[in-house]
Amino acid sequence: MSKITDMRRFPGFLQLTLLCLLVLYAPLMVVMVYSFNDSTSITLWGGFSLRWYEDVFFGLDAPKFKQAALNSLTIAVMAATCATIIAVSAAVAMMRARHLKGRTASFALINLPLMVPEIVTAVASLIFFSAIGFATGYATILVAHIVFCIPFAYLPIAARMQSIEDTYEQAAMDLYATPAQAFRLVLLPLMMPGIFSGFLLAFIISLDDFLITNFVKGAGIETLPTAIFGSVKQGIKPNIMAISTLLLLVSVGFVTLSYLASRMGQNREKKS
Amino acid sequence: MAGGIANASESAGIYKGRAGLLILPSWLVIGFFLLLPVGMMLIYSFLTKEFRGGVIWEFSLAAYDQFFFNRGLFGDEPPQIEWTYINIFWRSLWQAGLATLFCLIIGFPTAWFIATRVPRHRTVWLLLITIPYWVNLLIRTVSMKFLIRDTGPMNEFLIWLGAIGEPLQLVNTNIAVQLGLFYSYLPFMVLPIYASAERYNFALSEAAADLYAGRWTTLRLIILPAVKPGIIAGSILVFVPSLGAFLAPDLLGGAKTFMIGSLIEEQFKGNAGNWPFGAAASIILLSIVMTVLIFYARSQTRREAR
Repeated sequence: MSKITDMRRFPGFLQLTLLCLLVLYAPLMVVMVYSFNDSTSITLWGGFSLRWYEDVFFGLDAPKFKQAALNSLTIAVMAATCATIIAVSAAVAMMRARHLKGRTASFALINLPLMVPEIVTAVASLIFFSAIGFATGYATILVAHIVFCIPFAYLPIAARMQSIEDTYEQAAMDLYATPAQAFRLVLLPLMMPGIFSGFLLAFIISLDDFLITNFVKGAGIETLPTAIFGSVKQGIKPNIMAISTLLLLVSVGFVTLSYLASRMGQNREKKS
Repeated sequence: MAGGIANASESAGIYKGRAGLLILPSWLVIGFFLLLPVGMMLIYSFLTKEFRGGVIWEFSLAAYDQFFFNRGLFGDEPPQIEWTYINIFWRSLWQAGLATLFCLIIGFPTAWFIATRVPRHRTVWLLLITIPYWVNLLIRTVSMKFLIRDTGPMNEFLIWLGAIGEPLQLVNTNIAVQLGLFYSYLPFMVLPIYASAERYNFALSEAAADLYAGRWTTLRLIILPAVKPGIIAGSILVFVPSLGAFLAPDLLGGAKTFMIGSLIEEQFKGNAGNWPFGAAASIILLSIVMTVLIFYARSQTRREAR
C-alpha cells in the first residue's frame, strides 16, 4: 500500500510548488505592503499609513484616475455584455447543430482573437480604424474589446453546454413549448452558470487589457491600465502601489465570486 | 457508432434553419473587426510610408527591404543583410523559448504535485495558482520591477541575508525580461499540465513499480508521455504570448533587450512612425505564430486519428 503512494510522490516537487507560489505572490505581496508605507520615498520604510490611499481618492491625480477607472469600468461592462450575448448565440449554434455548415471554420474564427498575438491585433485595429476614417476614442476601444472578449466568454459557455443534453429541450417541445420558449425557459437557466463565468472572464480580460487599448484609444482618453502605464513611465510612485493594491483586491474578489458561483452550480446539480 | 450519429443529428431539429443565424453575429464582429483588419495590415505592409505615421497608397517593398537588407545611408550601395531586426526577432525567439523551458521546469512539478493531492485540497491549490492570472498584467509587471530594482526589497533582503555584498543590477537586463516573462505566463503552463495529469491512471505507475521501474524511470517513460498533450498545450500558451510580449520587455528591459513587441509599438506610437514597416514586422510575427499553431493542430489531429 505504501508503495502506491510512493509512486505518486517525487522528492522536491513540494519545494518546487512552493517556489512557484513564491514567484507568483512575492511581487504582489511586496507592493501590497509598501502601499501602506508612510514615506514619499519608495525605498525607505517610514511606518504604517493610509496616506497613499487618501492620495488616490482625493489627491492631485485623483480626478484623472477616477475618470480612467470609470472609463475602464463602463467599457468592461458593455464589452463583456456584448461579447457574452454573441458567445451564447454562437455556443447554441455550435453545440446544438453538429452538422452546421462551416463548423470548423466557425470554431477557428471564434478562437482567432486568442491565436493572433495581442500586438498584431493592436496594429491591425489601428490600421483598420485609420483606413476607414473612424476617429479613435471611446467607441474604438469598446469595439476592440468586444472582439477579444468573445472567445473568453465563449469557452466557459460552450464547456457548460457540453454537459447539457438536448433531451431537456426535446421534453419541453413535446409539451408544446415553442422553440423560443424551450430556449428561454429550459436551456437558458441551465446555461446560466456558464454564462456567468463567461461574463466574469470577459469582464476581467477587458479590465486587464493595456496593449490593444493603448493603440486604439487616441489622445485624451485613458483607461486605468493606460493611465497607470503613463504614470509608471515616469517612475513608480507610492500612489501607484495603492491603486495596484485596490485593483488586486477587485480581481481577487471576482475570482472568489466566480469560484462560489461555480460551486453553487455544482451543488444544485448534486441535489437534482 | 452509426446509431449515435443519427441520434445527434435529430437534436438539430429544434434549431434547424436557425443555427446559421445564431452563428452570424460572431462571424460579423470577428470577421469585420479582426479578420478584415489583419488583411488590411497585410496590404499596408506593401505601401509607402508617410513621414508622420500613416501611408501613401503606392505599392512598395520598402518595408520588407528595410527589414532584411541594408543598402547604406542613401540606399545606393549593394544590399547587405541587415542584422538589426533579425537579431531582435532572434532575441525574442530565444527569450520566449527560455521562458517556456523555465515555466515547464517549475510548472510540471507544481501541476503534478497538485494533481496528486486529495480532491478537496486540489481546488485550493488550483485557486492559489489562478489568482495571480486574474490580476492585471501591467500591475504584475510593475510589481516585479519594484521587487527586483537595484534598491528594491529583493536586493535589500539578499544583502541582509549576506548572500550578496553588492545589489544585483537586474533591471534593464535580459535576465529581468526573462523573469518578467516567466512570471507573467507561469499559470498558463501549470493549468493545462494539471488537466492532463488529473486524468492520469495511477495503475500505470503501479504496474511500472511491479516491473521494478524506479520513480524517475516511471516519470520519464510512463508519466511524461502520458501528460505530453498538457505539456505541449502549456508550452504554446507560454511561448506565443511571450514572443509578442510588450509590457515585460518595455518595463523591465532597456535598449539592449529590445523585443518584437517594442519594435512594432515604436513604429506606431514612438517617433519612428513607419507604419508599413510596423505592419511588415507584425506580418512576420504573425507568420511565425501561425506556423507554430498549424504544427500543433496537425499533431493534434494525428493524435486523434490514432
